[in-house]
Amino acid sequence: MLTDKKPVSSLRAAYGETLVELGKENPNIVVLDADLACSTQTVKFQKAFPERFFNMGVAEQDAVGTAAGLAYSGKTAFFSTFAVFASGRAWDQVRCSVAHPRYNVKIVATHGGVTVGEDGASHQALEDISLMRSLPNMTVIVPADSIETRAAIRHAALTPGPFYIRLTRPNLPEVFDAKEYKFTGSASVLLEGQDITIATFGETVIEALKCSEILEQKGISAEVISVPVIKPLDDDAILNSVSKTGAILTVENHSIIGGLGSAVCELLSEKMPVPVKRIGVRDEFGQSGKYDELMKKYGLTANVFVNDALGLLERKNNKK
Amino acid sequence: MSEIKRLSEREIQDLSKLSNKLREQCLTMIHNARSGHPGGTLSALDLILVLYKKVLNLCRDWCNCPTWAQRDRFVLSKGHASAALYSVLANCGYFCEDELSSFRKLGTRLQGHPGCNCLPGVEIPSGSLGQGLSIANGIALALKLDKNPSKVFVMLGDGEIQEGQVWEAAMSSSHYKLDNIIAIIDRNRLQIDGETESVKSLEPLADKWKGFGWDVIEIDGHDYRQIYAAYQEALCKTVPVVIIANTIKGRGVSFMENNAGWHGKPTNEDEYNTAIEELRGKC
Repeated sequence: MLTDKKPVSSLRAAYGETLVELGKENPNIVVLDADLACSTQTVKFQKAFPERFFNMGVAEQDAVGTAAGLAYSGKTAFFSTFAVFASGRAWDQVRCSVAHPRYNVKIVATHGGVTVGEDGASHQALEDISLMRSLPNMTVIVPADSIETRAAIRHAALTPGPFYIRLTRPNLPEVFDAKEYKFTGSASVLLEGQDITIATFGETVIEALKCSEILEQKGISAEVISVPVIKPLDDDAILNSVSKTGAILTVENHSIIGGLGSAVCELLSEKMPVPVKRIGVRDEFGQSGKYDELMKKYGLTANVFVNDALGLLERKNNKK
Repeated sequence: MSEIKRLSEREIQDLSKLSNKLREQCLTMIHNARSGHPGGTLSALDLILVLYKKVLNLCRDWCNCPTWAQRDRFVLSKGHASAALYSVLANCGYFCEDELSSFRKLGTRLQGHPGCNCLPGVEIPSGSLGQGLSIANGIALALKLDKNPSKVFVMLGDGEIQEGQVWEAAMSSSHYKLDNIIAIIDRNRLQIDGETESVKSLEPLADKWKGFGWDVIEIDGHDYRQIYAAYQEALCKTVPVVIIANTIKGRGVSFMENNAGWHGKPTNEDEYNTAIEELRGKC
């Protein structure tokens, strides 16, 4: 089973370790942080390459601008802070100083989504994918585990242009096999099915797989697609799957406004209108709580969204 | 400290004459575009002109080699003074002066505010105020990593420094001991809604910068001798330096001078003719 117990590991630690590897390979890699180096794990790079690490203090706007200047001068600049600050506090700096001139700035934003937990609404980025996705030239990635994180960071370092990569705070089960996984920028079909498509990214990939198992017991065959790159969206993968299943459920630890659900609706409304159900935080702020409590409260667990899948199937069948 | 170089009388006369020509070009660009920012363009022009003509270390063949690694960099953070930068760059040969007539028109390389990777000599895009000093710091850090002795000059508007990011960046420059950064503040004392001191006061401005770990040089930003001396002095410092250049918004056109109303509007035909006549009368 795809959801059999898997080892759990830290995406942030994988990021920090990958930065150190990249730093060894390429002297032009520089890293900036905004007083969160231990949380984001850029501290690993700081220890290995202190001369190429810049702590910008609690000043995200300045940090983004400084990263832009370093990138303009030929460096590949990674900047990390919490997702809520990287995307919101410094949005205009990302827009004007990074995205417009297409500088090699890689924003790796940790603590995305409601699963930040106890820190509550001020620290829970539920709009970051929406904010970053609307910027021209920006690639937006959300890895599902530490293996995908390593590959995505490496891909960003080797690919010219601005990236926004969102990592989760909690450790996550390893969905992918480190020996086989290759980051291609495409969506991947994790489980083939006929009746309904479930598209997701990040920590809800494992929940989508669990949902498919429950649906299978009810005689429903779900196709699960992992979409680590929200922008540019892998249109063909979505269209291919939906042309087969005729309905799609999108699941994300993000607002239903502007994230994967929106991106899928934008695509399908023009190319292949079918019933869609968006699962995510429904236009509200988060709150303090434990990981499991928050996932349940905001409807991000398999048990909760099985019902959404059934409702969606009903809509699909009524349409026929 | 080595003896500070000075401009000769001849050099000053030449700069003065050239500045009138470039002021006319700027006003013509803005007039023909039916939009732009004459006030801050004319206040900044002399500072940019002396920088490019007498101070920046640029490749002799710069029109073919605008990204020569050893060049000094200039970042125009107050991007609305783009006409001043474009007229100086054209005069230096980065692109043909004829192209100035495309200013702010569809498809132009001379965007209303400096754009991206398209016009030789323009280092970075700007326009959203407050971002240039951070970018200049990033360039300065990269130069240090690369052991490149080039300098980074960055021009800010005085109204612009009401942006909080400027002070975040000012802290970074001194924290990272960026002695290769020279900031220039175009202190024309006016912003869109009126006098800086009535909109949101900046004074005591020199003390603020000193408090952030910067050396401060204050000059008359239209006196070529003082401008040149300030740049020479700044190049010798071992900490980040800010030149507070007291300027006149709309400098050179009497009806525009010290009038906030000319921040961002073009001339009508009569105003344009009067302005050009006045500038030509000074040649």
